[in-house]
Amino acid sequence: MSTAHTRGQTLEKPAPAALEVHGVHKWYGAHRVLDGIDLTVRPGEVTVILGPSGSGKSTLLRVINHLEKPEIGHVSVGGELIGVKRHGDRLKELSERTILAQRSRIGFVFQSFNLFPHLTVLDNVAAAPVATGRLTRAAAAELARELLDRVGLGDKAGAYPRQLSGGQQQRVAIARALALRPGIILFDEPTSALDPELVGEVLAVIKDLATSGTTLVIVTHEIGFAREVADRVVFIDGGRIVEEGPPGQVLDRPRHERTRDFLAKVL
Amino acid sequence: MSEPPGAAVSLAEAPPPPTDRTPSKPLAAQRVQPLRRPGRWIVTAVVLVLVAQILHGLVTNPFYQWDRFRYWFLRPAVLDGLLVTLEVAALSAVLGLLGGILLAVARLSGSPVLRAVSWTYTWLFRSVPLIVVLIFLYNFSALYKTLSLGVPFGPAFVTFDESRLATDMAIAVIGLSLNEAAYAAEVVRGGILSVDQGQHEAAAALGLPKGYQFRRIVFPQALRSITPNYVNQLIGLVKSTSLVFYVSLLDLFGAVQSMSSTYPGDVVPLLLVATVWYLILTSAVSVVQFYVERYYARGATRTLPPTPVQRARAGLAGLRDRLRREAAV
Repeated sequence: MSTAHTRGQTLEKPAPAALEVHGVHKWYGAHRVLDGIDLTVRPGEVTVILGPSGSGKSTLLRVINHLEKPEIGHVSVGGELIGVKRHGDRLKELSERTILAQRSRIGFVFQSFNLFPHLTVLDNVAAAPVATGRLTRAAAAELARELLDRVGLGDKAGAYPRQLSGGQQQRVAIARALALRPGIILFDEPTSALDPELVGEVLAVIKDLATSGTTLVIVTHEIGFAREVADRVVFIDGGRIVEEGPPGQVLDRPRHERTRDFLAKVL
Repeated sequence: MSEPPGAAVSLAEAPPPPTDRTPSKPLAAQRVQPLRRPGRWIVTAVVLVLVAQILHGLVTNPFYQWDRFRYWFLRPAVLDGLLVTLEVAALSAVLGLLGGILLAVARLSGSPVLRAVSWTYTWLFRSVPLIVVLIFLYNFSALYKTLSLGVPFGPAFVTFDESRLATDMAIAVIGLSLNEAAYAAEVVRGGILSVDQGQHEAAAALGLPKGYQFRRIVFPQALRSITPNYVNQLIGLVKSTSLVFYVSLLDLFGAVQSMSSTYPGDVVPLLLVATVWYLILTSAVSVVQFYVERYYARGATRTLPPTPVQRARAGLAGLRDRLRREAAV
């Protein structure tokens, strides 16, 4: 039982991992969605998660920011446990308020954008820093304008989300996530709801983030994009990590039959 | 049909039929002639005649006594009643909606006790007729008053009567609000449920505080579907205020009733007075509804529906263009 020892080591490390997933199990009824996931992401690393639909990729992302609670196992971001606290040898659930505060440090970009339709683009981006008490309204608006410029939508600040194309909406959603200056951003199939000709503009924004040193975890089906931006590719099937490694290895010389089958289907 | 076979040929060679005024225009440049609908014209004519008959009857039938209607319409007694109706309706609408929001939030909360209490409340007040609630409250308060004051009748009667009036207003408002809250709860709950799950998730993922999520993200979107349903409810409420007459409050209907027992000959014009005032009240509510709905449609539709003024202006402009075009031809 070297648990205590290892734990001490992880916490005392000068630069903690950006993300650590430890033995996460998640099931709905009898259906096991995640079946013992272990994953470590270093700061600044770009991790792409691949896998067939229903393999548990999205659930893993949602467990990371505690939109879903894992049945067993735990997640820490920047060395801080998410959704739970250590109490002696046990894990205790945190209050809702604390969990919300933790989530505000983890960016999340949804497949279906989920912008707030009744707020202007500017307010969508500026809402969270104001609501969480980090910035004044004016400062948040200024930051929002800056971020909208960065995703190439500086001229759309006054528009409502439904007046934008899917690609533009997703870029606003990315700006909205960035407004909280998160240490890590999770992307849940960010281009799957887009028309093919709009995919590129969103991927370009994500690539820009990747090269600027933000820690990213991206669930996607864009294999070409994975090859281009990923430091590491993780292949998940049946709620387990089948294999992981640099894109050159996992995508071009997969060691596992299931990875090969999957790549043969999507490429 | 029974024409000789040569007819078709001769028709083809004959000059173009008179309906086609610009034979030189190629087909592609021509406007499609709208389909003629003679049936619609006939039905329209019949309906217009019926409407005219009804209007004629309304105006000329001495039974309605329009002169008496004019006499009563703005009488202080009627206006006082109208004021009571407005007061009761407005207070109950606000209190009912607030109660409804609380009940809906309780119903959707994680606590089984809150859910059960909310469900039971809604079940109870939707099951008991409003008139029963009102008369129950009336008797309850009368009992309470006697017990608390214990003052005999006599010289104090006048003051008693005045405080009595205030209490009647309170009873009416409480009764209507209790009833309204039960219905509003379901309207609000339906509205909250109609908000996309992704909105809750996005708000949670951004770490927005719980109260902010409800006030700024979920509820404003819920209002879009709450508004038409709640206005429906409000119109019902305005009419339900006529029941407060039975707890001896002289609202619009009460005023009209008491006047018609004093002037039995004017029953019909007095009822007409009440009818017209109720029509005015519900119409005002509908106008407010239009603008409130338009406000909460921001972002939900790409372009907002035009206001009546905008529509009228666009219609006039269209008409002017058409006249100008036809004048030019």
